[in-house]
Amino acid sequence: MDYSFDFSFLWDYWPMLADGLWLTIQLSLMATVAGFLLGIACAVASTSRSRILRGLVGLYVELIRNTPLLVQLFVVYFGLASLGLKFSATTSAVIGLTINIGAYSSEIIRAGIESIHKGQIEAGDCLALSRWQVVAAIVLPTAIEKVYPALASQYVLLMLGTSIASQISAEEMTAAASRIQSDTFRPFEVFLVIAALYLLLSFGMRGLFWAVGQFAFVRRRKLGTTL
Amino acid sequence: MIPSLLGISPAHWAALLAGLKWTVFLSAVGFLAGGLVGFAVALSRISDSLIIRGLAAVYVNLIQGTPLLVLMFVLYFGLPVFGFDMPPLAAACIAMTLFSAAYLGEIWRGCLQSVPRTQWEAADCLALARWERMLLVILPQALRIAVPPTVGFMVQIVKNTSVASVIGMAEMTYIGKLINNATFQPFRIYLIIAGLYFLLCYPLSWLSRRLERKLNVAHR
Repeated sequence: MDYSFDFSFLWDYWPMLADGLWLTIQLSLMATVAGFLLGIACAVASTSRSRILRGLVGLYVELIRNTPLLVQLFVVYFGLASLGLKFSATTSAVIGLTINIGAYSSEIIRAGIESIHKGQIEAGDCLALSRWQVVAAIVLPTAIEKVYPALASQYVLLMLGTSIASQISAEEMTAAASRIQSDTFRPFEVFLVIAALYLLLSFGMRGLFWAVGQFAFVRRRKLGTTL
Repeated sequence: MIPSLLGISPAHWAALLAGLKWTVFLSAVGFLAGGLVGFAVALSRISDSLIIRGLAAVYVNLIQGTPLLVLMFVLYFGLPVFGFDMPPLAAACIAMTLFSAAYLGEIWRGCLQSVPRTQWEAADCLALARWERMLLVILPQALRIAVPPTVGFMVQIVKNTSVASVIGMAEMTYIGKLINNATFQPFRIYLIIAGLYFLLCYPLSWLSRRLERKLNVAHR
């Protein structure tokens, strides 16, 4: 064990690492927001009366949840390009990550919707709210409040998953690290640095989700519990 | 002459199935070795000693806070600088073990802790030793709760073995990349790979859901 650590590469390469970090944050943010909306749409669709709609959402969710993200990104980036649908690596990463996290969000939010007491919906009906008003004003806010912690941890996992976008040459943090290590031959140090950065990001995200939760769900904050 | 199936030649199918075999192997290692370490992690997380609890918490947070891909890179590119010989297979196996252990440990800790407090106390009242309490009272009850999420996590293990392709482990995704380099039919080949993963994972997902319904008697 006569290895001496040398982190001096950071001096020359930090802009590259910072760019990668920024893209990692952007990818996570875009996929989280788009995936959350997609998840809501699919979760609502999966409770619809139409068999076809339910079946389609079920198929989407099962297909995505039972195949690896890496292969999904390959299909979007390489596969669609070979069919003439060419997207940049970054765009493909956003599309692939959104489709991926949308399926997980949908499944989580659906569980939340199913856990809502029937009486709540009937009460909405009694107040002469339309079906959509019931969904928008009663079902979704309550469902999301209930499953918020599960959603938050899924989005942290998504942020870690953005590292896989390096494999379709999106220049996020892991890709930047790979380039730096092939320049400097300091793989251990480089990957330790980005591991630490990912760790900070995931703690940061958990803190952020906690803060947003405190702000968004007043009842949860005041009672210390959902409903 | 065997006709090509789904536009993939028999030789390529043979390679894909060999890759599938390694995917299954890596998943099995990840689950068995990861389960062993994960059980120790779960027990450590509820240990009475603050130091053991703290160390286990640090381990779990480290693994759950960094991507598996980076863990693979650290092991594969990083450890050889210390003079360890690290073939892709070994790096992938160690990475999958460390990864699964952290997640399984957390899942199982939750299961152990969801056994009602009174059961632990009752075991203490019967003057059972700590290991007797765990083995005879807590584990049998925790097991029922643990089976569905454990089977569910096996799906995550199988899917995440695909990440091992980036360090050159010749599992299914890696073979898929090679075949794509030779045939330039990415859409076809990656859909087939996705289909094969689906065939591996869907039965586990299905089983997990079914077990959840079947074993969840207490909460019904």
